[in-house]
Amino acid sequence: MAYSDKVLDHYYNPRNVGSFDRADPLVGTGVVGAPECGDVMKLQIRINEKTGLIEDAKFKTFGCGSAIASSSLATEWLKGKTLDEAMDIRNTAIVEELCLPPVKVHCSVLAEDAIKAAIKDYQTKNLGSAAVAEPLMVGV
Amino acid sequence: MSASLKLPIFMDNNSTTRCDPRVVEAMLPFFTENYGNAASRNHSFGWVAEEAVESAREQVGRLIGASGKEIIFTSGATESNNLAIKGVASMYRKKGNHIITTSIEHKAVLDPCKRLERDGFEVTYLPVDKFGRVSPEQVAEAITDKTILVSVMAANNEIGTLQPLAAIGAICKARGVLFHTDAVQAVGKVPVDVEAMGIDLLSLTAHKLYGPKGLGALYVRRKNPRVRLDALMDGGGHERGMRSGTLAVPGIVGLGAACELAGKLRESETQRLLTLRKRLYDGITAELGDIGLNGHPIDRLPGNLNLSFAFVEGEAMMMGIRDVAVSSGSACTSASLEPSYVLQAIGVGDELAHSSIRFGLGRFTTEAEIDFVIRQVITAVNHLREMSPLYEMHKQGIDLSTVAWAAH
Repeated sequence: MAYSDKVLDHYYNPRNVGSFDRADPLVGTGVVGAPECGDVMKLQIRINEKTGLIEDAKFKTFGCGSAIASSSLATEWLKGKTLDEAMDIRNTAIVEELCLPPVKVHCSVLAEDAIKAAIKDYQTKNLGSAAVAEPLMVGV
Repeated sequence: MSASLKLPIFMDNNSTTRCDPRVVEAMLPFFTENYGNAASRNHSFGWVAEEAVESAREQVGRLIGASGKEIIFTSGATESNNLAIKGVASMYRKKGNHIITTSIEHKAVLDPCKRLERDGFEVTYLPVDKFGRVSPEQVAEAITDKTILVSVMAANNEIGTLQPLAAIGAICKARGVLFHTDAVQAVGKVPVDVEAMGIDLLSLTAHKLYGPKGLGALYVRRKNPRVRLDALMDGGGHERGMRSGTLAVPGIVGLGAACELAGKLRESETQRLLTLRKRLYDGITAELGDIGLNGHPIDRLPGNLNLSFAFVEGEAMMMGIRDVAVSSGSACTSASLEPSYVLQAIGVGDELAHSSIRFGLGRFTTEAEIDFVIRQVITAVNHLREMSPLYEMHKQGIDLSTVAWAAH
């Protein structure tokens, strides 16, 4: 199948590939998918202690080009957002931005799941901690 | 890189092959000059066409140790397989309703078998070993007094593994069961002889052996035993009544020419392909670790190399080597979104099935192409492993099989 230019761009020039220290209290890590399903995404966010904003995001993905592009795009979008704003990122926006065909929609779903898992991980780690600037939703 | 290298590179010769220019040359006059209907008995146009068809029949027969009279022309191997399996099932139904095949056959064998199951037949799908081989003993044990047909492919299209046809054929002969083989991948690539291997029915197709698409053949044994088939289509009674329809003369001439060429070139081609395949494998594995070979290390088609690149997904890999046409067993590349059933059958885990790439080398593959592919593969795998969370975990010493994945 033919890939959109945006998918190709993210594939050949992935943004924000890498890892943060999972143990860092300011880092939230989401790992979703399974190798036997053909895709695993690890998405990490790092929160600025003072502003409560996502100051950096990184990913590593095992999966097809669309899965790589979806997670790469997600890291771009996450930077500078509040956690609430990040929670509002929908897979449909990723589908639209990357022009994903129907058969690749699950890649965008996985990216949305990874974002939510990373936020949840961060929140779980920081329950009642001073590092949390404002009350956060837990258990989504 | 050689200056003569032309991109993209076709390294998917198990899916189809380039029509050999010599084959095209042989076909051309039968479009515009000798365009008669081979069934026209009363004028020279018909005679010329018929003569060409009969000559092609001999060429096809010669390649597999058969007589030309035993060759039925079809539209391709899917039709040949359907005709063999359903034709035998229908003709011999009174004798029994049991068919034996393997779990790694092509869909053109498996699906006719499934249809027969819906019509009251019983089908045994033999499992294969880790190399993709079925043993003659398994076949012998599966035969019952209701068995009318054994269908085992000569060589697998994904992993290239060759089956012990002669031993299976001998068992079928001894037990009075017909033996069909889907030899699409094997004919012209490895020795196939219907007498020596006790084959009663054999499917082949032109486009896998450097001939045109849309033309295949079914070998139907004429004596010891004389095999009878119910036709799939009714019509003018062509091809000994087994396959009605005006003969596709240009394609038939092409298949004949392709078979003759394949017979002449097979031995030298095999040596060349083995050398090229070794170069490809050695070149890739010299720089990359965690690569698995799928299929049998020795008993396999000379042009087939199927590798699993751990921690890298197949479709992403194909994107990374975009100037090279290959295939993958990854679910992402299949219409069903299931990973390859052949790789599953040989016990390759789903995660490695998703990571598999099939390289199909052929007559027109060059050393310069192999060297280019080696570089592309190494670059792509390194790029993707750098991005792979699985590779990261592997490097940290985590056993991936112990991780509780959130499967979706």
